[in-house]
Amino acid sequence: MFETVILSLQGLLGPVWPLVYSMAKIVAIVAPLMLGVAYLTYAERKIIGYMQVRIGPNRVGPKGWLQPIADALKLMTKEIIIPSGSNKALFILGPVLAIAPALAAWAVVPFSPELVLANVDASLLYIMAITSMGVYGIVLAGWASNSKYAFLGGMRAAAQIVAYEIAMGFALVGVLMAAQSLNLVEIVKAQQGGVFSWYWLPLFPLFIVYLIASVAETNRAPFDVVEGESEIVGFHVEYSGMAFAVFFLAEYANMILVATLTSIMFLGGWNPLFDFAPFTWIPGFFWLIGKVCFVLFLFLWFRATFPRYRYDQIMRLGWKVFIPVTLVWILVVGAMMQTPYGYLFH
Amino acid sequence: MNFETLIFYFLASIMLFAGLRVITVRHPIHAALYLVLAFFTAAGLWLMLEAEFLAITLVLVYIGAVMVLFLFVVMMLDLDLQRLRQGFWQSLPLAALVGGLMILEMVLVLGRKSFIPDFASMEPHHAADYSNTKELGRLLYTDYVYPFELAAVVLLIAIVAAIAITLRRRKNTKHQDPAEQVKVRRADRVRMVSMPSQKQSEE
Repeated sequence: MFETVILSLQGLLGPVWPLVYSMAKIVAIVAPLMLGVAYLTYAERKIIGYMQVRIGPNRVGPKGWLQPIADALKLMTKEIIIPSGSNKALFILGPVLAIAPALAAWAVVPFSPELVLANVDASLLYIMAITSMGVYGIVLAGWASNSKYAFLGGMRAAAQIVAYEIAMGFALVGVLMAAQSLNLVEIVKAQQGGVFSWYWLPLFPLFIVYLIASVAETNRAPFDVVEGESEIVGFHVEYSGMAFAVFFLAEYANMILVATLTSIMFLGGWNPLFDFAPFTWIPGFFWLIGKVCFVLFLFLWFRATFPRYRYDQIMRLGWKVFIPVTLVWILVVGAMMQTPYGYLFH
Repeated sequence: MNFETLIFYFLASIMLFAGLRVITVRHPIHAALYLVLAFFTAAGLWLMLEAEFLAITLVLVYIGAVMVLFLFVVMMLDLDLQRLRQGFWQSLPLAALVGGLMILEMVLVLGRKSFIPDFASMEPHHAADYSNTKELGRLLYTDYVYPFELAAVVLLIAIVAAIAITLRRRKNTKHQDPAEQVKVRRADRVRMVSMPSQKQSEE
């Protein structure tokens, strides 16, 4: 049925068909992602609400289900105020540069062995390169606003993101050593065989570093000094309406992205929990979604639990704790691979 | 003209434009951003040469790290655009000399016969799953292992030197050591004193 529709469309469109088909695939990734972002905000408010013995949003629609839709409508109808002393072109470019990498990185994320938009060989490197560009949106927004507070927020963000990117990169070096591939599909395939074959176990220090660094990388609590309400308010103080909403979308899209990457690289991707009967009945795609939801839940849990870090403590943790830990564990993995126990790390 | 050539000219024209703007644009921040655009399009051109590892590394290292720090520093400077342009005519002769030398060197290197690729003997396009990264790694750790190690040592020296420069500390600074603060336990700060409650004096 589906195949015949594809074939007839292919005949109808002729040479523009590859373009149209790619666009359709991109929409099929981005549209559910945006919906996921909307309902992640709802989940965040609900979960943190229950953790703090409140109810959370419950007025719009049954049990507050329509709250994110109402929020989106409100933001869309608000005016985008451009400060008169700002650099207008860069002020507009800021949110665009923030969300573009958050979406572009999804091009190589595999959802199942076949379900991937672009199965390129160096997809792990591609992800690292694209996500490293996300900081431009924040820095430019902070600078172009022509406001002290926004500027300080942007500067803090740049230093923090650059610092934690290094630890994250080293954690991924461990993954690629274990999987012996830069391809995300191959990395997941190398983790076949149940929960004890996933890389969280042999690469446990790297898993913890990656998880915490990804919280810092997305500027989430307890590392959210970038938008610390009590001191500087943040890089996006001057933004309103949809321009602000785009930053918001980018932050949550990045959260879903790092949660997916954590699931793919350390929690076995679409591999089931155990490699026998009742677990293998569930399709791999749902396993991946389940793992992503678990990691996202951890993000929300952290936010409800930990008080905000002080800025010098953040820098110390990134440079003096995480980077040495990852370097040592990379050495351990490399040395162990030369011994008869090397199979433990594959 | 096929699709690939079209993409090449598209990227090349963006890159030339961006490169030109880097040196003509007034504001240093805009110049830095045009440089980012130039790097990004250069990465696109390298991808077309099937050098995906180098292309992605260019984005990762130059756009993701170097230019961010560059932008960081430029944003912190107190820039006076008028003063920046003051010394233009005085430094023009020296700059022209250096620029001319660089052009001469590039012509000498790029003009050599050995630098012009022999298109006939070039390998055809590789399959989509061909690993450029693996190939590069094999070459770096076998044929070019000594130059590679030498470059690593030079970089290590640069790192040590850069850290050594930052190792000067003002006296009477109010710097705090987070490691010490994290280590603090209750017993270090609180002394439990057991005091008998005082009887109310009888009058």
